[in-house]
Amino acid sequence: MTQSEPTPGIPAKQILDVQNLTKMFGGVKAQDQISFSIEKGIVCGLIGPNGAGKTTLFNMITGIYQPDAGKVAFNGKDIRKTPAHRLVKAGIARTFQHVELFSSMTLLENILVGMHVRTQAGFWAAVTRIPAMKREERQSRRRAEELLEFTGLCADAHKMAGDLPAGRQKTAQIARALASEPLLLLLDEPAAGLNPVETHALGKLIQKIKQSGITMMLVEHDMSLVMEMSDKVVVLDQGKKLAEGTPRQIQRNEAVMSAYLGNG
Amino acid sequence: MAIKNNYIRIEYLVFLCAVSAFGFVTENTYYLQIMTFIGINTLLGLGLNMLMGYTGQVSLGHAAFYGIGAYTTAILSGTYGINPWLSLVCAVAAAVFIAFIVGLPTLRLSGYYLAMGTLGFGMIVNIVIREWAAVTGGASGFVGIPVLEAGPLIFMSGANYYFLVWGIVFAAMIVCRRLLASRTGRALRAIHDGEKTAVAIGINTHLLKLEIFIFAAALGAVAGFLYAHFVLFISPESFGFMFSIKIVTMVVIGGMASVWGALLGATVLTLLPEVLHGFAEYEMIIFGTVLMVVMIFMPQGLTRGIMDMIRTAGRART
Amino acid sequence: MQEIVQYLFSGITTGAVYAVIAVGLSMLYSSTELINFAHGEFVMIGALVMVTLWVRIGLPLPLAMAGAVGAGCVSGLVFERFAIRTARNPEPITLIIITVGAGIFLKGAAMIIWGKDPFSMPAFSSHESIEIFGAALLPQSIWIVSAALVLAGGIHLFLKQTLTGKAMVACAVNKKAAWLSGIPSEKMGILAFGISTGCGAVAGIFIAPITMSAYDMGTILGLKGFCAAMIGGLGSLWGAFAGGLLLGILESLGAGLISSGLKDAIAFVLLLLILYIRPGGLFAAKEAKRF
Ligand SMILES: Nc1ncnc2c1ncn2[C@@H]1O[C@H](COP(=O)(O)OP(=O)(O)OP(=O)(O)O)[C@@H](O)[C@H]1O
Ligand SMILES: [Mg+2]
Repeated sequence: MTQSEPTPGIPAKQILDVQNLTKMFGGVKAQDQISFSIEKGIVCGLIGPNGAGKTTLFNMITGIYQPDAGKVAFNGKDIRKTPAHRLVKAGIARTFQHVELFSSMTLLENILVGMHVRTQAGFWAAVTRIPAMKREERQSRRRAEELLEFTGLCADAHKMAGDLPAGRQKTAQIARALASEPLLLLLDEPAAGLNPVETHALGKLIQKIKQSGITMMLVEHDMSLVMEMSDKVVVLDQGKKLAEGTPRQIQRNEAVMSAYLGNG
Repeated sequence: MAIKNNYIRIEYLVFLCAVSAFGFVTENTYYLQIMTFIGINTLLGLGLNMLMGYTGQVSLGHAAFYGIGAYTTAILSGTYGINPWLSLVCAVAAAVFIAFIVGLPTLRLSGYYLAMGTLGFGMIVNIVIREWAAVTGGASGFVGIPVLEAGPLIFMSGANYYFLVWGIVFAAMIVCRRLLASRTGRALRAIHDGEKTAVAIGINTHLLKLEIFIFAAALGAVAGFLYAHFVLFISPESFGFMFSIKIVTMVVIGGMASVWGALLGATVLTLLPEVLHGFAEYEMIIFGTVLMVVMIFMPQGLTRGIMDMIRTAGRART
Repeated sequence: MQEIVQYLFSGITTGAVYAVIAVGLSMLYSSTELINFAHGEFVMIGALVMVTLWVRIGLPLPLAMAGAVGAGCVSGLVFERFAIRTARNPEPITLIIITVGAGIFLKGAAMIIWGKDPFSMPAFSSHESIEIFGAALLPQSIWIVSAALVLAGGIHLFLKQTLTGKAMVACAVNKKAAWLSGIPSEKMGILAFGISTGCGAVAGIFIAPITMSAYDMGTILGLKGFCAAMIGGLGSLWGAFAGGLLLGILESLGAGLISSGLKDAIAFVLLLLILYIRPGGLFAAKEAKRF
């Protein structure tokens, strides 16, 4: 939330640049020569039938998988060799398709862990409780509470994350990702399993995040949500890029239609 | 926050009062001796609890660091006549160094591989102690460990040693608690809940696991130092596989409830052999049963499991 | 030369025992993804039951052997039923501690049943030793190596040729898919457990005449079996077999040429090296997953 909106007039720079990315699992090409790029400040939808390779793409951008070929650049820097935990510090955060909260910790603690890369206190600071550490801890708590407010989760701060209802857990994942103050936020099916009211609230939240200047990639099967939120949409099918364009272009694209109809 | 802090202070106060009351009132050296052993075992439990209970990383070779601490101080102060307090520093340094070297590759492993790796490491340390007879005294043990002194104070068995050990236990508890309540502590628990997610959230899990492994090793070495200068004779059996399993049992009993869990685990395991007649005969059967039953029914540990049961029962009633 | 050959002979003999232990561990892992830290205790059970039935009670050899293997299988099945299957949280850390606990339990029970003193057992056949390159090859060794080969070969055929065996392999590859195609994966797990602990008991029968058997022999043997299985790559049958032979030979050479006291350390150092450098095993092309 610290980033300002891109200044109009100056051409928006590319925050993410993916080129010819390829990933094999055994003999299966989960990613086949994928190329696209994302400008700062936009929401980029990423759609495709089940098994198209969307999650795999996220895993490669976040350093969980190493690509077999191709390039990923974040803010102009090649990040293929950067370990996953460093990428978070560099500004890439994500949520998971299947909720991955730390279930034995409270929601507030989950958010606090999310701030790990933006805080310093180490072993000795914790043991000696130097003033700087206490100050940092106070600030973290304040920021965590702000974030819970921002995402509408205040009431649940002290509940165990594992005890929250599914919808809340989905939002909590976004809050935790935001806690790392990302420049690029990757959302993997945030609306899956949400009811229409919750989905609507999610849309509002995504817009608020966008307004705070964070670039997003949104994987979703809920087409109306993707089309409404996205400035641009990339379509994958069986590991290949099928199309790329504005939501309107994509909606009229025949190849996309047949891919979806063909696969049910 | 403030309320929680006061609560913790009261806990500490009660603990300190109980410990000192026992120390001042009891004249019976046998009781003091048992309490001293409980303190030493608590240190071991505290360390392994940080690694296993909170971070979720098994170690089946923790007794190795206990042995490294004990033998380092025994050799340096016994054979070479170095001041024991200096040899404490060396013992901890040795444990830290070895934990670093061993932990670097070992903590890249997880699950079964980690368990096997730590088990193998513990076995190797024990074999080295046993076979390096010229230095360690080999299987027949090491005699001639000096008594601890500080100015006019002599730490022989009895109240003095008791207070020394429990003073250190108290300090270690505070350190562990502070650590757990910090950014580092949260990250450790995150690793326990899901290591992959912890990485994806920006935690350098390998480094952190290494840190806590080294910390546990250092506590183990301190415990080994205290043990060596208390019993004044050490032999390899005290630091073997069976003892590693004993420490694991302490943690399993104490669970990851809190640092008090380690104290409880150590108390139970130290008292059992004293209370149960002919315990030595059934020791293994009892430990084995405890480990199996607790892990089958309460995988979070006994203390935590019981607390959860009470909580659910309470919730059901309201 | 003569010395080296002698070491090789004794190495291959113990190696065959390690191989059988490793085959048991490895096959359990491949069908249930479980590593049984109590595996060595079934070796101990096999050895001690064998000593009791054959030497003490005086049963005929085949009957005593069948009894020892049966004891291994049955105790393994009881263990599987009551400790493994009832576990509420079947995650590695829980299962590790449960199997470690079971190991200690079995060891303690054996101590009460058989006492602390080690037992020795005569060789199965008392023929003259054969001389090769001046080194003595005991008939006992030929016995053990060929029996180990037959056992591993039998398991190989079972897994490759029989329907049940194929179903077991299918479970190992993909539990869910196997379940969907109607294979009772739970039954396969039980079967794998029985075979695995039975293998342990067989190893116990083999080792009883070459070393002293006592209640506490299991832990180290189990670990060595694991080391052998790791050398060959966990889950690979012949890999585990080869790993066992290799470990036996290295140990025997190390004990003879370097120091007999450090003999046990060889296996553990090797274990750590394998874990660190090639967790997939010596013969594996790719590195195993570490997560
Ligand atoms: N770790 C892996 N090992 C083997 N194959 C994998 C792995 N991860 C993904 N795959 C395969 O890669 C392909 C793409 O999977 P991916 O999860 O990226 O799809 P997706 O687009 O996210 O699908 P969904 O909409 O169902 O989430 C699938 O065929 C999947 O089976
Ligand atoms: Mg997906």
